[in-house]
Amino acid sequence: MSRTDWEVVIGLEIHTQLNTQSKIFSGASIAFGAEPNVQACGVDIALPGVLPVLNKGAVERAIRFGLAIGATVAPKSVFARKNYFYPDLPKGYQISQFELPVVVGGHIDLLVPDGKGGAYEKRVNLTRAHLEEDAGKSLHEDFHGMTGIDLNRAGTPLLEIVSEPDMRSSAEAVAYARALHALVRWIDICDGNMQEGSFRCDANVSVRPRGQAEFGTRREIKNLNSFRFLQQAIDYEIQWQIDLIEDGGKVQQATVLFDPDTGETRAMRSKEDAHDYRYFPDPDLLPLVIDSAWIERVKGELPELPAALSARFQGEYGLSAYDATTLTASRETAQYYLDVVAAAGAANAKTCANWVMGDLAARLNKAELDITASPVSAAQLAGLVARIADNTISNAIAKKVFEALWSGEGESADAIIEAQGLKQVTDSGAIEAIIDEVLAANQKSVEEFRAGKEKAFNALVGQCMKASKGKANPAQVNEILKKKLG
Amino acid sequence: MSLSLDEVRHIAKLARLELAPGELEATQAKLNGIFSLIEEMQAVDTDGVEPMSHPQELAQRLRPDAVTETDRRAAFQAVAPQTEAGLYLVPKVIE
Repeated sequence: MSRTDWEVVIGLEIHTQLNTQSKIFSGASIAFGAEPNVQACGVDIALPGVLPVLNKGAVERAIRFGLAIGATVAPKSVFARKNYFYPDLPKGYQISQFELPVVVGGHIDLLVPDGKGGAYEKRVNLTRAHLEEDAGKSLHEDFHGMTGIDLNRAGTPLLEIVSEPDMRSSAEAVAYARALHALVRWIDICDGNMQEGSFRCDANVSVRPRGQAEFGTRREIKNLNSFRFLQQAIDYEIQWQIDLIEDGGKVQQATVLFDPDTGETRAMRSKEDAHDYRYFPDPDLLPLVIDSAWIERVKGELPELPAALSARFQGEYGLSAYDATTLTASRETAQYYLDVVAAAGAANAKTCANWVMGDLAARLNKAELDITASPVSAAQLAGLVARIADNTISNAIAKKVFEALWSGEGESADAIIEAQGLKQVTDSGAIEAIIDEVLAANQKSVEEFRAGKEKAFNALVGQCMKASKGKANPAQVNEILKKKLG
Repeated sequence: MSLSLDEVRHIAKLARLELAPGELEATQAKLNGIFSLIEEMQAVDTDGVEPMSHPQELAQRLRPDAVTETDRRAAFQAVAPQTEAGLYLVPKVIE
């Protein structure tokens, strides 16, 4: 059988829960974890005669998002009813936006890991983002054959962000989802808490023979709430579709669910009813009008965006694209890094980056701490970097000082260096004395070196460093040792 | 355009309406009557006319983002057919 080269096509729909105080169309709270139905008011449970009133905070967050991705914020958008029956949707329709969404177009630039330790650049275009309300929750267990309904979540504001089918692998899909996740937290419109459902992904996946212009038939994987599941579900689905087609089958359009326990996707509902939502403009809501003054005000309040900051790190500090992207993964990390550089000096920006992404990140990871809770403050890390820069300590000793700072053994790098006598020895007389001792005690190595064994030299350097407890300046040791043996 | 009986059945199903065999034909006739009215309107030249989503020339009023509702679960659930542990109970639904 001839092997077809398959191309994967992926588009994502991501529901981000907006971090407002109240619901999108009512004044009920959206705080997570409340007792069932205590945050479901008359509007949320659809009592007769109630009317929705749009939350300005939700609209403002949609504007922030539109500006952050370089999209058009629609001067006029319209709310529509999406009709379907389900017990956790008391009105019998979800208020959403259909023909005229609030955000149109835009794009996100990514660095996608290439799986070989490098990364490549990729632009993903966005189709639209629209405001809508969330549904309630159905609990199918433990109610003597009945279903329990909690409507606290009903009416929670969502921004559904729809991408173009621009992604060509699960790695690209995950990179896009991660970038979007970072961005919505950066501009503070969503808390990004995936366990609590604040950021949920649906993936539209299809395959086609490479070179074919038309897309294949897609299946939509619903409700993926972790980046790992997103990757697993897409990879499984791609293989499933390829196997099906190569076995002579045809992909049927369907909505599927991913089962994390088996790692498989399976069809969920029949297609005939699934997309027959009979949208029409909601007569309860007038068109949403956003004037340019409002957009300008929101623009003025936006923080510097990760892409701009990343470009600045590369331009001003000479960091690589990868380093700059890593340091702008979250606003907190970027701010910490900026604070370290501000205190240590821009000349040491690269060393600062290495410490923030290296030892600090590793230590935080291990301790499962957020950078905002770091035991080593930006000022303390800057103090450490300064002592490396002025040759007071070597990199090896710096790691020791960092550990001491982490465990709170001293207020500052200087205090620890002083208290533990870690200052680098740069006095050549003192280094010479150490070397003489080492040479006297290691005649064998000296002879080996003279006999042409290069390795013996490194062994001697090691002995000198050990004798100085790591404090001798390694460059000076090398130089003086060479002279003495030469 | 006119609707087939199958289409009427499908629309009824989407609307969760149960139509007796006699009602099916009557509903078809009524719906087709509405469709012919729409067809007449379709004949009007609407080039350059912005689609209207609401009959009033007004913009949506916005509400400040603040929690103004308090817990009234007890009152709401007093009229519910069945509740338990704060939940509304409904006949089992599983996708």
